[in-house]
Amino acid sequence: MTTMSMIKGLNEGLRRVLEDQPKSLVMGEDVGRLGGVFRVTDGLQKDFGADRIIDTPLAESGIIGTAIGLAMRGYRPICEIQFDGFVYPAFDQLVSQLAKIPNRSAGRIRLPVVVRIPYGGGIGAIEHHSESPEAYFAHTAGLKVVTCSNPADAYWMIQQAAAGDDPVIFFEPKRRYHSKGEVDTEQAGLDLYRARTVREGRTATLIAYGPTVDVAENAAAAAVEEGLDLEVIDLRSLSPIDWEPLFASVRKTGRAVVVHEAPGNVGIGAEVAARLTEECFYSLEAPVLRVTGYDVPYPASRLEDDYLPNLDRVLDAVDRSLEH
Amino acid sequence: MGDTQRPAKKTAKSRPKPASTNEPQFVQLLSPEGGRVKHPDYDIDLSDDEYRGLYRDLVITRELDAQGTALQRQGQLGLWPSLLGQEAAQVGSGRALKPQDTVFPAYRELGVQWCRGIDLISAFALFRGTDLGGRDTAADRFNMYAIVIASQTLHAAGYAMGVAMDGALGEDGEAVVVYHGDGATSEGDFNEALIWAGVFNSPLVFFCQNNQYAISETNARQFRLPPHRRAEGFGVPGIFVDGNDVLATYAVTRDALDRARRGEGPSLIEAYTYRMQPHTTSDDATRYRDEAELDFWRAKDPIVRYRKWLAAEGLADEAYFAQIDTEAGEQVRALRARVMALTDPEVSEMFDNVYAEMPPGIAAQRAEAVDFQASLEEGSDLR
Repeated sequence: MTTMSMIKGLNEGLRRVLEDQPKSLVMGEDVGRLGGVFRVTDGLQKDFGADRIIDTPLAESGIIGTAIGLAMRGYRPICEIQFDGFVYPAFDQLVSQLAKIPNRSAGRIRLPVVVRIPYGGGIGAIEHHSESPEAYFAHTAGLKVVTCSNPADAYWMIQQAAAGDDPVIFFEPKRRYHSKGEVDTEQAGLDLYRARTVREGRTATLIAYGPTVDVAENAAAAAVEEGLDLEVIDLRSLSPIDWEPLFASVRKTGRAVVVHEAPGNVGIGAEVAARLTEECFYSLEAPVLRVTGYDVPYPASRLEDDYLPNLDRVLDAVDRSLEH
Repeated sequence: MGDTQRPAKKTAKSRPKPASTNEPQFVQLLSPEGGRVKHPDYDIDLSDDEYRGLYRDLVITRELDAQGTALQRQGQLGLWPSLLGQEAAQVGSGRALKPQDTVFPAYRELGVQWCRGIDLISAFALFRGTDLGGRDTAADRFNMYAIVIASQTLHAAGYAMGVAMDGALGEDGEAVVVYHGDGATSEGDFNEALIWAGVFNSPLVFFCQNNQYAISETNARQFRLPPHRRAEGFGVPGIFVDGNDVLATYAVTRDALDRARRGEGPSLIEAYTYRMQPHTTSDDATRYRDEAELDFWRAKDPIVRYRKWLAAEGLADEAYFAQIDTEAGEQVRALRARVMALTDPEVSEMFDNVYAEMPPGIAAQRAEAVDFQASLEEGSDLR
């Protein structure tokens, strides 16, 4: 066991990918000499060379489009989009090219491309630096979408994402980048596409992912004082979602609250609520509730504490669920 | 009236050239009348068989393409994007490729596909809707058609980077060519691809078929400076060629590919040609261009001029031309029969290759759709 930050976990994970897979590449803006604006790729260019850790032109569509071409040539690119709000110029290359080419080719072309995106708010950033665009990509068949919530998952999930032959959008909760945790670098982590029950409980189920797992855990800890025993599930994979642990949990607790930073409208929480209703209708004691960002553009940073789901809003939702 | 904001009146010289019928200054080795033209930088020296082969390619490409239009009109294809008028651009460049070179086409490159010796049925299956155009692209070294304009330019730029990283350059090295149109030059992806190819010095040739129309919009709405001149801004050689001259397109493409394979970097070729048909069979070109313009370009037909030259040089005679017509007819009949025989895919197929590793949710939907389909068929048997 080693204690490390999420950034270090990602950095070490990438290092292992680069050591194990000679065809793997890291490419993006400032990932080379600078080591990335968050230093996730710090030191990689020094150790693996400028041919494998590639500083690209400042063009997001170009990053994804050329990664596709490199993958067609047999390479395994790991791209970095510098910030969540900068992914949109690459939208066509992600949803119409990367996602669909394997299917259009009837499986003859595989595009093992990982796209890392630091996402979410809570860091006092200027606009376009705090967004949660995961639903766009989870909505797109052909992409897999995952997000880590702690350093151990960061370390293992980036390796698992890079090991597969499907394109993976890998969301990194930037406000958790400096959080520290124990990482077992010997024992492989949970499968990439499995949800994890991070806390067991019987009163209600909190379903979270990425940056809100910490929020949900804190809420569950605080709720103990009120005599509430909350279960917390970290989805980890947003596409596909690992449904069985959710169904089992809700059949046990009868109540569910989904927590995410992205706006609630047509978000991951809506899909979770719909599926829980379809599959666990007779177990539910209350409607599935959502605690999410509001359906507005991400606000100026001095308002973000009011926008982001927090402990109080989560516990308020639990109370509302229990009123049923 | 804010007249002071108006830019100063331009002189005739500084004003951008309108896309008109003025004869542009391009590389030409064969005049529209079929006369051989000398060029200081480019020449061509093929064997007699190769010269005759180009004619065969031109005629067969035209006939197979016409069959695409016919099949659409008969309800056998959903859509057909005709290349009529662009045969020389495609055959000249297509034949300039070496076997180790890789092509990234747009969606009108039937002639290039023919020259590569790749079964054309994939193009017809795509436009019939029986599949999405998948082939063994790695073995063919000819990628799938790209419908989103200019999207393929970035794939080509990345692939070409990979070629260089693999150390596959040299006299017998690999080169990559990406086909696109004049409309594509307005897209961000095209410009990003040129940046990429330039800064990484990739072995990539951009082959722009300037057929002067992006559906209804003329060059005047796509650029103020033609693509071959814009190339300089990317630090890339720009070559302007008569796209209706099969010898010239062959010569310039071979030259650009050879520079690319030797590691001398990317080029942009603008082949000036004309789309004689509407954008696709769904388009009505009579709404935006007139017969006089078509007549002007009919006089520059790429096959007529080449046939005249072959005959004048004694490289081919009427018997040869008749033989090619016969062969083209046979090719058309064979292809037509195969297109008509293309059957609808199974319901299950839409689920099969979405991912390398099928998620349980898609597996469940697949089973559900197959069962539902079967239940309907069972029901219809009972009736």
